[in-house]
Amino acid sequence: MAMTNPGSRITQGTFSFLHDLTDDEIKAQVEYCLSQGWAVNVEFTDDPHPRNTYWEMWGLPMFDVKDPAAILYEVNECRKAFPHHYIRVTGFDSTRGWETPRLSFIVNRPTEEEPGFRLIRTEDEGRTIRYTIQPYVTEEKPENERYR
Amino acid sequence: MIQEVNPEDLPENQEEEQPAEVLPDDTPIDLEEEFKASNVQEVLDKLDQELIGLAPIKQRIREIAALLLVDRARQQMNLTTETPTLHMCFTGNPGTGKTTVAMRMAEILHRLEYVRQGHLVAVTRDDLVGQYIGHTAPKTKEVLKKAMGGVLFIDEAYYLYRPENERDYGQEAIEILLQVMENNRDDLVVILAGYKEKMDRFFQSNPGMRSRIAHHLDFPDYGENELMEIAKMMMRDLNYEFSPEAEEAFREYIQRRMQMPHFANARSVRNAIDRARLRQANRLFAGDTKNLKKQDLKTIEPEDIRASSVFQEGVPDPDPALSQ
Ligand SMILES: Nc1ncnc2c1ncn2[C@@H]1O[C@H](COP(=O)(O)OP(=O)(O)OP(=O)(O)O)[C@@H](O)[C@H]1O
Ligand SMILES: [Mg+2]
Repeated sequence: MAMTNPGSRITQGTFSFLHDLTDDEIKAQVEYCLSQGWAVNVEFTDDPHPRNTYWEMWGLPMFDVKDPAAILYEVNECRKAFPHHYIRVTGFDSTRGWETPRLSFIVNRPTEEEPGFRLIRTEDEGRTIRYTIQPYVTEEKPENERYR
Repeated sequence: MIQEVNPEDLPENQEEEQPAEVLPDDTPIDLEEEFKASNVQEVLDKLDQELIGLAPIKQRIREIAALLLVDRARQQMNLTTETPTLHMCFTGNPGTGKTTVAMRMAEILHRLEYVRQGHLVAVTRDDLVGQYIGHTAPKTKEVLKKAMGGVLFIDEAYYLYRPENERDYGQEAIEILLQVMENNRDDLVVILAGYKEKMDRFFQSNPGMRSRIAHHLDFPDYGENELMEIAKMMMRDLNYEFSPEAEEAFREYIQRRMQMPHFANARSVRNAIDRARLRQANRLFAGDTKNLKKQDLKTIEPEDIRASSVFQEGVPDPDPALSQ
């Protein structure tokens, strides 16, 4: 883990084991989404729990933009408004039968050092142990006050 | 084992600004070749063929194309790194071809790689300005995003600014526009269009807008002969033709119509043709419907034109949809 994922960077979506994508790399991915006819969304959250599936939407899904610069514009607006949040870009395929995100990747992280997760062990009947994880940042701080 | 990761090793931190290579002054450059490779001539030729008259506009467009081509060559030689400002202003009376030329301009900019996609998004005040507080910014940004990679054409741009109402939401749209015109010069080109006098007044009250416009193109009104040429071209495209007497009648129609209010140059011609086609259809139905020939379906006769109220009452034809 430590070798592939230095620190405790969360690894959700595509490319999350790589270095942070540059703006040009983000544009190239968005270009691909647009070429497939997917609607691109910008979403943000400050709850890094992997089961936190539905992030907040930044504006509406962008159904009829032609150029990745438009998406990057919104990414940057979102970065300005939520510098201490995770931000991701999602390509949504509305084609019948898919109707689901086809690509999703992180474009903003709240801090250099992400504190990671506490492993919680609960003893159950017999000697069973149940495991769960809790992000350190959500333990005490409410939404919008984390990562500062 | 914990592996230290040095931020300098991360790829995103490695693309140090390379000092631009200084090329020797005698580095060859074949402008002719560049010009051919861009296929811009094709668009310029199409512009020449499809648009009657407009000589000064065509000349300006050729000059702009040359400027952009040289600028691109200068970029290749590292003589400049800046994206030139390309925002434009088209002034002229209604129906003088502003929208049509803007569409061609988008194509030219696309071929010279100054816009990535080459589409044109045409809007007016209503598409940019909202109805209540907080409505305008998202609306304007939505339009700007659609236009990115192409050309944003704002018709009658001066209606964005309503000095009589200091709380008009148009001002908000202007401010967002100004910001994007400056910061996203690589991403879209804005063309403002409208009547000359109103546009001049608009620029007087919005100097920020004026300073962001690089090219002003003023569209002249068409003369009688040009309007006839335009009419014949429109007829050809629709597979109609004037009989010799009808051509004479149409010329007379234009002479009269030009003197009347709300004359809209080529658009008035298009509307007159549409009405003539309507009358022709009625005439054919009212006549001997069993013995028509292909030629009859193609031909506009003088009575299809002379029935117009331009001749009958000396006023433009009343038609709400085609009031111009
Ligand atoms: N020089 C020309 N040759 C042939 N057709 C023309 C020419 N100029 C304009 N037209 C035709 O006239 C019609 C109106 O032109 P266009 O919409 O470009 O005018 P406009 O200047 O944008 O008018 P407005 O200010 O009213 O929007 C179009 O159908 C266009 O094809
Ligand atoms: Mg127009």
